[in-house]
Amino acid sequence: MCTTCGCGDTELVPVELHEKILAGNDRAARHNREHFLEAGVLAINLMGSPGAGKTAVLEATARAGAGKKWRLGAVSADLATDNDAVRLEKAGIPSRAITTGQACHLDAELVHRSLHDIPWQQTDVFFIENVGNLVCPAIYDLGQAANVVVLSVTEGEDKPLKYPTMFLAADLVLVSKCDLIPHLDFDLAKLDDALARVNPKPNVIRLSARTGEGVDQWIAWLERLRLEKGLVGRIAGLAAHVHAPARPR
Amino acid sequence: MHEYSLVEALISRVEAEAKKRQALKVHALSVRVGELAGVDPELFQTAYDTFRAGTLCAETTLTVKRIPASWSCPRCRAAIPRGEVLRCTACDVPARLDDGADALTLDGIEMEVP
Repeated sequence: MCTTCGCGDTELVPVELHEKILAGNDRAARHNREHFLEAGVLAINLMGSPGAGKTAVLEATARAGAGKKWRLGAVSADLATDNDAVRLEKAGIPSRAITTGQACHLDAELVHRSLHDIPWQQTDVFFIENVGNLVCPAIYDLGQAANVVVLSVTEGEDKPLKYPTMFLAADLVLVSKCDLIPHLDFDLAKLDDALARVNPKPNVIRLSARTGEGVDQWIAWLERLRLEKGLVGRIAGLAAHVHAPARPR
Repeated sequence: MHEYSLVEALISRVEAEAKKRQALKVHALSVRVGELAGVDPELFQTAYDTFRAGTLCAETTLTVKRIPASWSCPRCRAAIPRGEVLRCTACDVPARLDDGADALTLDGIEMEVP
């Protein structure tokens, strides 16, 4: 109310906020992150174009991780079908599908809800396979320890320049399908150069899920990250609070 | 088209603030979009114009300010020119993104209160 003369007129007030519009998502992501760290789980947000080979990378990870006795888990997002989750289950990775309908990305709340349906606390490395898309998933924090972007050699070397936000967010770029390089004009040096112009700390591993090339390096990268995050030697499953199964909706 | 879900988050936040302050009307919103925020300012405006119907923001003007991406050396502060490798050649350290270039920020709301 106008307090100058008490006339009862309304007032126009400016409210300064300077607040991130995704603050709500970021809060949910912090919650997920606390859960993962408390339970000793390394959570990886795996992104890339449709068909980049995200699921094939995870299948190769399961084969290599078996030797390390890692317990893996995953949620796999697609607009429709649970095909990828079925493939991961067959590869020995307990998985659930997140069917997003028309949504082009995962957000922290969707990931949180999906965790109710899977024993993620009993895993060492938990993959969140995002919707195939190089645009939208980049801006949503899910609570992961790291972002990994899968880029296949058939997509071209200039992808980082075309999608700078995604490649800036990448803690690691996995260059997939490297066994195809002899059949293509793909130039790895050009990709390294493009990435260095959008990401100040570029990190690349070249990999072929088919031949197994680079998989050891990828596994070693995950292992280093587990050490850096203080997750090695922790007893998984000792989360501070345990999630009840999701109620039927 | 994540711009629609961003607009949804924006309007929910504005409605919560308006409710807290018992606002009668929301007149204006100002938003900053960083060049590397992963948001297309024009699509964001279109999504806002579509989504605001029937909400408290139905007659609220939205001002979108674009923040260009700029990089500099965290040590010597030298600017890294656009399109260059993101590393300071003099100090041999990774460049740092200047503030705001990767953020989508609700700066302020102008509202009418009793």
